[in-house]
Amino acid sequence: MVKLESLLCPTPAGLYCPPGDFYIDPVRPVPRAVITHGHSDHARAGHGDVAATPQTLDIMACRYGDDFATRRVALAWGETLSRDGVDISLAPAGHVLGSAQAVIRWKGVTAVVSGDYKRRRDPTCQRFEPVPCDLFVTEATFGLPVFRHPDAADEVARLLRSVERFPERTHLVGAYALGKAQRVIALLREAGWDRTIHVHGALLALNALYGRHGVDLGPIAPAGDAAGKLPGEIVLCPPSALADRWSRRFADPVSAFCSGWMRVRARARQRGVELPLVISDHADWDELTKTLAELSPGEVWITHGREEALLRWCELRGQPARALALVGYEDDAE
Amino acid sequence: MRAFARLLDDLSFTASRNAKLRLVRDFLAEQPDPDRGWALAALTGSLSFSAAKPAAIRKAVEARMDPVLFGWSYDYVGDLAETVALVWPARPGANREPDLAEVVEALRTATRGQVQPMIEGWLDALDADGRWALLKLLTGGLRVGVSSRLAKQACADLGGVAAPEVEEVWHALTPPYGDLFAWLEGRSARPSADTPGRFRSVMLAQALDEAVDFARLSPDDYLAEWKWDGIRIQAVSERGERRLYTRTGDDISHTFPDVLEAMTFEGALDGELLVMRDGVVGAFGDLQQRLNRKTVDAKLLKAFPAGIRAYDLLLDGEEDLRGLPFTERRKRLESFVSAAKSHRIDLSPLQPFETWEQLATLRAAPPEGDPRIAEGLMLKRRDSLYEAGRPKGPWFKWKRDPHLVDAVLMYAQRGHGRRSSFYSDFTFGVWREDAAGDRSLTPVGKAYFGFTDEELKQLDKFVRDNTVERFGPVRSVKANRDFGLVLEVAFEGLQRSTRHKSGVAMRFPRISRIRWDKPSRDADELATLERMLETP
Ligand SMILES: [Zn+2]
Ligand SMILES: [Zn+2]
Repeated sequence: MVKLESLLCPTPAGLYCPPGDFYIDPVRPVPRAVITHGHSDHARAGHGDVAATPQTLDIMACRYGDDFATRRVALAWGETLSRDGVDISLAPAGHVLGSAQAVIRWKGVTAVVSGDYKRRRDPTCQRFEPVPCDLFVTEATFGLPVFRHPDAADEVARLLRSVERFPERTHLVGAYALGKAQRVIALLREAGWDRTIHVHGALLALNALYGRHGVDLGPIAPAGDAAGKLPGEIVLCPPSALADRWSRRFADPVSAFCSGWMRVRARARQRGVELPLVISDHADWDELTKTLAELSPGEVWITHGREEALLRWCELRGQPARALALVGYEDDAE
Repeated sequence: MRAFARLLDDLSFTASRNAKLRLVRDFLAEQPDPDRGWALAALTGSLSFSAAKPAAIRKAVEARMDPVLFGWSYDYVGDLAETVALVWPARPGANREPDLAEVVEALRTATRGQVQPMIEGWLDALDADGRWALLKLLTGGLRVGVSSRLAKQACADLGGVAAPEVEEVWHALTPPYGDLFAWLEGRSARPSADTPGRFRSVMLAQALDEAVDFARLSPDDYLAEWKWDGIRIQAVSERGERRLYTRTGDDISHTFPDVLEAMTFEGALDGELLVMRDGVVGAFGDLQQRLNRKTVDAKLLKAFPAGIRAYDLLLDGEEDLRGLPFTERRKRLESFVSAAKSHRIDLSPLQPFETWEQLATLRAAPPEGDPRIAEGLMLKRRDSLYEAGRPKGPWFKWKRDPHLVDAVLMYAQRGHGRRSSFYSDFTFGVWREDAAGDRSLTPVGKAYFGFTDEELKQLDKFVRDNTVERFGPVRSVKANRDFGLVLEVAFEGLQRSTRHKSGVAMRFPRISRIRWDKPSRDADELATLERMLETP
């Protein structure tokens, strides 16, 4: 069998595939890139060829403009692209709309670069598909046993309970603009909240994009257009706007923040959040370890996050693993 | 257990008093007996278990997971109960989730050997929030920012009655408070408050408004005495029961065995708890050495002997005096105190005066001795009855003017809740000269109120416009000899402190004025503050 390092190797620009001459989620401009998903630390502008799912390409165009790359190569689920004997296909990662794992096959060896992923149900994107492989490249954003995300529906129920308890206050919900915001809206709809949801201007374009890809988010209005202070209403905004002067227009707002980091009280307190909601688009500790146990690949590489604990877990199970310590990926705002 | 866990969780993130009140009230309204009663007992500090030792809990979790992974988790989270709650390996369906009453009742009856396996069984059955609440309950530190006063107010809100009504019966009640809820929900009569040693609701004074009140009040109608700087207490000794209460009815008897021992009388005194050495009063800082202590040792009792300076008499023997005018009660108090014959109980002396001007002079320049460290004066109408609450008119407090310093704004921190979009906690400093003669600012305190909403906006803007560095929620602000914002800070007292770099600690600091006009170099020196240090 060929050495895994000759198929994939970490470089300062990101993970590189020498026989296919392409990078995966490069952090610097490169001639040929495969992009797993639209988050800005994974999908950057300025590459030559960009291969990704149609949804991810659409998200990149929405964020960076139509000229974000020289050439776009849209890969539908299951479609294969061949480059100098290397076969590339994409499998759903369950992280955000269009998010994919890059499946790379060469000389009988399969490597899967999972990008960011989660294993739970998400009404706004396709569920993670496990692909048997020799090398599994995983993230470890929440790679510590303290991170065990509760059921997202329960967290949304908490939000609705608070709205009921404080009907004279606006509930201001901070959620990452791509993926998290739409997922929270979809979960609110599933929980029966059919009122207009007011959103910060920064969320409008991506909400519309989700709509074009068939994700129905119900009635949405820009919060800036509202006449009053929106007591009793739910307003979504990017996390940075929670403590921004922008938030002062609302009625004594209850600030809520949706993030896996909210599991730890000190982190929630640090942000001055009144209603921390533990809703994450990343795999928690149980999902990470369950995935590794299920795939049981020849080798595990860990790209970014808290790799030391996941390495320890692999070591205890006799699972060969190494940390790549790639730089440039940040999931703090998750 | 789930609802209780949810309540603790919500409370721990809620800053506003009103929101907390609503959370507690709703919980009490929605939860069944006896769960809500046990929860109330936990919130008011009336439940304590020493059943679970942190070390035993740690051992249990390390038996179930890799100790290295646990260690890293603990390092990250920083709190043992929270870490264990988060990492405890779930065993879904292991057991039925226990309810709060079940946990409390089991812990009250279990022997030492039975406790540990019970706790592990509950941890298996609960979710992360439930485990956190259970561990907080077991290790005796809820710390969710609910005072027992707030909890009693929430009970009062539930029943639509006034808070003193709840406070008065509180000490006749025991957890899980079935009779209290029955009364609050109109299912039965008010529980009997006629228990020996019970608390009587305290009468409070309004703050005097010099501009308005002197013009309309006659000095002939009022008596004056010092407002001592300790804590207001009620000392009850009745049919063999001796109790010392704070003004909100919290029982602090166990912290002051020396005072309790001196309460050989039969009656109820209203007074100030102070450190008293041979009739000389110590500063508030001395008393602080005695407050909030779980255990009191002989050394502490000797170094900081406590006593009562009496203001009023509510009960003389079996006779309730609260319906008598103040002058009558005062006469009775004088003979009561002299009959008590204890060096730990003395009388707060009246201060004769004829005109408001005379009184103002007394307040501005108190005579040598104890009055120098009094908080100010109290005015009591001669005919005032002893009424619970804060009635308008009979009693006034006239505090001494606070100390003032001009300090320079150095750091600002984001507020919480409603104020989370504002920089609203301000650290300020004064000039200090080092050995080489260089002047630099040294922080002396932190204030987060005293300003109006409009001023807060201006302060917030100043902070944003003049930020030098950011550290998480804190910003350092430009402050040097040539530029800086001067804040006039008012405070009640100053003590030496080894915990503060400046060596001083302020009591009750607040921003009294923003001195947009004053150059930063003209702010006060540390030496000025050092001269204000309290000499007990
Ligand atoms: Zn991502
Ligand atoms: Zn990422």
